[in-house]
Formats: sequence, structure tokens, C-alpha cells
Amino acid sequence: MNLADQIKDAWTWLTASAHWSGGDGIPHRLLEHLGYSALALVIAALIALPLGALVGHTGRGGFAVVTVANFARSIPTLGLLLLVVTVTSIGLTPVIIPLIALATPPILVNTYEGVRGVDPDIKDAARGMGMTGPGILLKAEVPVAMPLILLGLRTAAIQVVATATIAAYAGIGGLGRYIVDGLARKDYPSVVGGSVLVVLLAVIVQLAFVGIRRAVVSRGLRN
Amino acid sequence: MTLAAADGGEPLIRWDWIGDHTGQLADLTAHHLKLALLPILFGLVVAIPLGLLCARWRWLYPPTLGVANVLYGLPSLALFMLFIPYFGIGSGGRADFTIIVPLTLFSLSVLVPNVVDGLRSVPDPVRQAATAMGFGTLRRLIQVELPIAVPVVIAGARVAAVSSISLVSVGTLIGNGGLGQLFVDGYSRDFTTPIIVSCVLIIALALISDGVLVAAQRLLTPWARRGTR
Amino acid sequence: MIQFDGVTKRYVDGTVAVDDLTLQIPTGQITVLVGPSGCGKTTTLRMINRLIEPTSGTITIDGEDVRAQDPARLRRGIGYVIQHAGLFPHRTIVDNIATVPYLLGWDKKKARTTALELMERVGLDTKMARRYPYQLSGGQQQRVGVARALAADPPVMLMDEPFSAVDPIVRKSLQDEFIRLQSELRKTIAFVTHDIDEAVKLGHTVAVFKVGGVLAQHSTPDELLAAPADDFVREFLGGEKGLKRLRFNRDLDRQDEPGVEAAER
Ligand SMILES: Nc1ncnc2c1ncn2[C@@H]1O[C@H](COP(=O)(O)OP(=O)(O)OP(=O)(O)O)[C@@H](O)[C@H]1O
Ligand SMILES: [Mg+2]
Repeated sequence: MNLADQIKDAWTWLTASAHWSGGDGIPHRLLEHLGYSALALVIAALIALPLGALVGHTGRGGFAVVTVANFARSIPTLGLLLLVVTVTSIGLTPVIIPLIALATPPILVNTYEGVRGVDPDIKDAARGMGMTGPGILLKAEVPVAMPLILLGLRTAAIQVVATATIAAYAGIGGLGRYIVDGLARKDYPSVVGGSVLVVLLAVIVQLAFVGIRRAVVSRGLRN
Repeated sequence: MTLAAADGGEPLIRWDWIGDHTGQLADLTAHHLKLALLPILFGLVVAIPLGLLCARWRWLYPPTLGVANVLYGLPSLALFMLFIPYFGIGSGGRADFTIIVPLTLFSLSVLVPNVVDGLRSVPDPVRQAATAMGFGTLRRLIQVELPIAVPVVIAGARVAAVSSISLVSVGTLIGNGGLGQLFVDGYSRDFTTPIIVSCVLIIALALISDGVLVAAQRLLTPWARRGTR
Repeated sequence: MIQFDGVTKRYVDGTVAVDDLTLQIPTGQITVLVGPSGCGKTTTLRMINRLIEPTSGTITIDGEDVRAQDPARLRRGIGYVIQHAGLFPHRTIVDNIATVPYLLGWDKKKARTTALELMERVGLDTKMARRYPYQLSGGQQQRVGVARALAADPPVMLMDEPFSAVDPIVRKSLQDEFIRLQSELRKTIAFVTHDIDEAVKLGHTVAVFKVGGVLAQHSTPDELLAAPADDFVREFLGGEKGLKRLRFNRDLDRQDEPGVEAAER
């Protein structure tokens, strides 16, 4: 089997009308996939954004943040998933926990680096205009750090979308089903078709972030 | 000593299992390292010249970056699948490339942008001074810009290495995941010890590799201002 | 001697940075190019070592057209010093200074010995030889920049605001040492500044530019102060008040600094 055949088979699989309806249909699986990804991303952001911003602002605990992030990055996602499944049971928890562990480090590190790296002159000027700690953080540091913060969120989102395929292992669906089931049944068109869908999703996430960047980052900060 | 009791009184970790399997653990660890680190090596060998080309001919960079971003977003499992027809399935020999080639692509997606960013981080006065002293383009890239890019390149290599060590374990789903083999082994027997042991070993490998790269950076760049970290 | 003949530089966006410039930079002397920001000083300087190519006109060094020579080889024979020294952060001080000798294929030991001698010449302690640029102050880095430009003993030096990024006290000592050094070395130097005090202090001759790259006046400092060519030059020198101050400072310098005069004697 060569690449051209792979592509042809995957195309046939993707365009088969039977694959576009019902509980195992692409729209349903896609929604599940997006659901887990979004949930994990939001929780990770709720943890990492305030923590990163605070540490970057105070300048205290930077070493700990980078160390923890590095540690979290090194945790094998699949191992953590299978461990949580084995200890608890199949369900949402074993999927979400590893995905949060995956999404937190890039958001945390980028937010921290972004806020910490804001030109001291800007902070001085903000203080000189009578702003206090929280004001400086929200009105000066965060907007200036926004490009880096968004980069962290983007990296996290892409990693989560790509990795949420493992949700299939916890028996709760998502696009990973096509890959995992296909693998078990030696149904390669399904595997490749499922992979293509995940890749498309990752590309869409990329593009979405280009749009968000346009909307959120001041034009003076885009290079 | 047991860590904690899961349901049914079965301990989370059974220490005697580790003692009985040291040989297997050592083999899997060695194989895991091979599968994870060869891609970093290959990635560096390709990314440096590629980054230099992108720095030399700037129009090359946007398309290259686009490809890198797509590669970065590929689920590793999907990427592994893609190469089964070429290198086969299973562990060892030719089949290892089913894992090594996709991970090389992944490490490229991290390393190439870092090489280019590193080359661009060279301050303008330094570049101008080099040109004004009579460096040609190629000589300037290799003798001035590349050494100055080293810290950024190594920062990329750290991310790539840690991710790669973690991603190898996904290969267990197609029968070749280094220490990840123990995940499925434990999962299918409802036995947590192998899963925990391999997770711990993988994390340890990642942290050690990271430490080695940090040490390499200190050796290679005695000229860098040591910051707050 | 460096000779500009009807040189014009028009950038691709249409900006005329240098307009029909004819100028002589005499051998063994310091010629200062001065003028307001954006008047084309840097462009003029960088056309000499072909970092920028003129749109029309010719530039010759000792009669030889610079465009007849390979740019890299030409540049190795011309020292170049810029505002933020542009030192290589990854090389030690001694290796930074020896850059051009290495490029010219000198023996490593000879290159380093030369570099160490130059460190002393520009007033740097040779104990700093093994340090990296980040371990030096701004003024020290600037000295290294000068030493590096001198390393292969080029007859011609181009200096673009070399002392303007350091504080006034350091700047004064750098200027004084520069005058002393030049009285020994007698290089052909084109020196860019936007500081008229510096121009009058350092230059054997001073070329004043107007925005648009037009040469307004080229004469010795004394002639410049005695007879500004037009209103623009008078204005640039600070009007009657500025002229008075500059003339007064010049008399002071003449009394306690043999510098320029010694070089002319
Ligand atoms: N690459 C370029 N493209 C277009 N215009 C340029 C370019 N470089 C310089 N200019 C323009 O040419 C003019 C002269 O620039 P130049 O750098 O020679 O001025 P300068 O006298 O050195 O100024 P300064 O004192 O600020 O350094 C300016 O108007 C500048 O904006
Ligand atoms: Mg200039």
C-alpha cells in the first residue's frame, strides 16, 4: 500500500454518507472531541493564566514555575490516562486529567515569561501615572504580554486537540474512536480518515488563533 | 511498604514486581531512549541547515513554518500509522523507524522555528559589524549567527527531547512504545504497578535528558549572560 | 585620500539620502561628517566600504574605484566602528579584536599578540582579554570596538557615532584618547557625529550636511566658526550664542590639549 492508495481510501471513507450520521457519525464524534478539548483547555487556563501572571508580576517563584512546567511536560499522557482508568474507571475524569497536565505547561510558562519580560520602563511609567499593582498588571503588563500568552494558549490548544484522540481509550468517544477502533479492526481507511479529521481540526484551531490575535493584540504590538 | 490501597485491597504498587523485572525494565529503558533521542539527533542534523537556508532566503521561511505548524498539530498516533506501510509494525530493527521517522518530523516542527528565531535574535549591530569587517554571507551565518543562536536552539531541543520521550510511549498502541509497552500490559491486566513504574522511569528519563541539555548549553555558551534562572 | 565625485544615493522608496556629493577626505586626517538626523551621514559613510551602493557617481580610495574591488576584501582593509560596538557576544575580547586578522589568515599567535598590544593602546587592561563582552562596561566595549577596527592596521577607518552611546564623562576621555592615538597612527578617518562640539574638537576638517544629503560647508573648524557659509550652518552651530561658546571652548582646548595641533605640526 502506498501513500496515494492511503489517500484514496481515506477519501472514500471520509465521503461515505454512512459516516456522517448517528452516534458513531463524524459530526457527533467531532462535538465530543471538541467538548473534551475545550473543557481541558479552560480548566488549564483557569489554573495557569492567573498563576503565571502573578508569578511574572511579583518576580517571585519563577524558578518553581519553570521546574513544575518542565515536570508536567515530561508526564506521558497515555500512561497517566491508563493509570487513572485502571485506578478509577472509564469516564470523563481519566481523559480530562492528562489533558490538563498537557495544556498547563505552555500556558503557564508563556504567561510567566510574557509578563516578566515586559520592559521595566513600561512598568515604571504605569506606576508613575498612579497605577497600583493590580492596575499595572491588568492595564499594562497583560496587554503587552498578550502575544506570548496567546502563543501559549495556541500551543496548548493544538496539543490538546491532537492528544484528545486518547479519549477513545477511556471509552468516551471523540475522533480517536476511528483511529483506535480502526487499529483494532485493521480498518486502515478509518484510521487515516480519523487522523485527517484531527489534523484538520488542529489547522482550524491554528487559524482561529490567528483571528483571535487580530482581535485581541494591539496593533502596536504586532510586528 | 505500599503506597496506598486501591479498591479490593490490591496495592497501587507492588515492589517485588520491580525486583523481578529489572532485566526487562533495563532493556525497555534502553530501547525507549533510542526511539526518543535518535529523532532529536536527526532533527538537529536537518533543522540547522534548513534554518540556515530559511535565514539566507527569507521567502523560504513562511511556507516552511506553515509545514512545521501542521506537523506540530499532528496526533503522534496518526503520524505513526502513516509509516506502518513503509517500515512495518512491531519492535526492533526496521520497524523502529515507524516510530523514529514520525518523531523526527515532530522534532523538526519544534527545532526549525527555533533555529530561525535564534538566527534572527542576533543583534543588528553585530550582523552589520561582521559584514563591515569582510565576512561573506555564508561565513557570517556559520561563524557569527549560528553560535549566537545556540541558546535558542538548545531551548528548542529541550522541549523536543522532553516531548519525544513522552510521545514514544504512544507507540505502544502499535506495538512499539519502549517503556510504554508496560502501560498496555498493566492496563489489560488491571495491574497498576507496571504503569506507575514506566511512568516514573519516563519522567526520570525526560528530566535527566533535560539536565544534560542544560549542562551542554552552559558548556557551549560560556559567553551568555547568566540571567535570573 | 578618499574622493567622492558626484555621488547620489536614492533609496528604492525614492528617498534621496545623498545628493550629488563631491568631497575629499584627505589621507592621514580626521574628516568629520556632521549634520541633523537623517541628513545622510551614515549613508555617505557606508558607501565607502560598499555596505550601500551609490545610485550614481564614483568613490575612489587613493585613485582606485571601490566598485572595482571585491566587497569582502575591500572591507577587510577598512576599519569600521559603530555606535553600539557590535562586538561578537560569543567571542572573548582578545578574539573579538583579532577578528579581521583571523579572516586575513594570520597565524593565530601573531593575531592574538597584536590584539593584546592594541588593548593597551586603546587603554584597556590586558587582564580583560579573556572576558566576554557582557562583562565589560559600555565605554570599555567601545574601546574594544576601536581596537578591533585597528587590528589589521587598515589605512582607512570609518566611524559612525562611535562615542555617542556613552555618558559625557566617558565620552570626553574616549575623545581625548582618540586624538592621542590618531597623532601616533595617522589613519585616514571619516568620522560621523551629530554633536557639533565633538566635530569641532576632533576634526581636521568638518563637513556639514543638510537634510536631503546636501553638503553645506566643508572647511577647518576655525574657518567654520569664523565664517559659517550660510544661515543653515549658522543655525546648526547654534546661532551667535552657540558660536561664541564653541569659539571659547576651542580656545580652552588649544591651551590645555596639544592633541589636534600636535598632529598638525
Ligand atoms: N534602507 C533605507 N531605505 C529607505 N530610506 C532610507 C534607508 N536608510 C536610510 N534612509 C533614509 O535616508 C536618509 C538618510 O539616512 P541616514 O541613515 O544616512 O541618516 P543619518 O544622517 O545617518 O541620520 P542619523 O543622525 O539619525 O543617524 C533618511 O531620510 C533615512 O530615512
Ligand atoms: Mg546615522
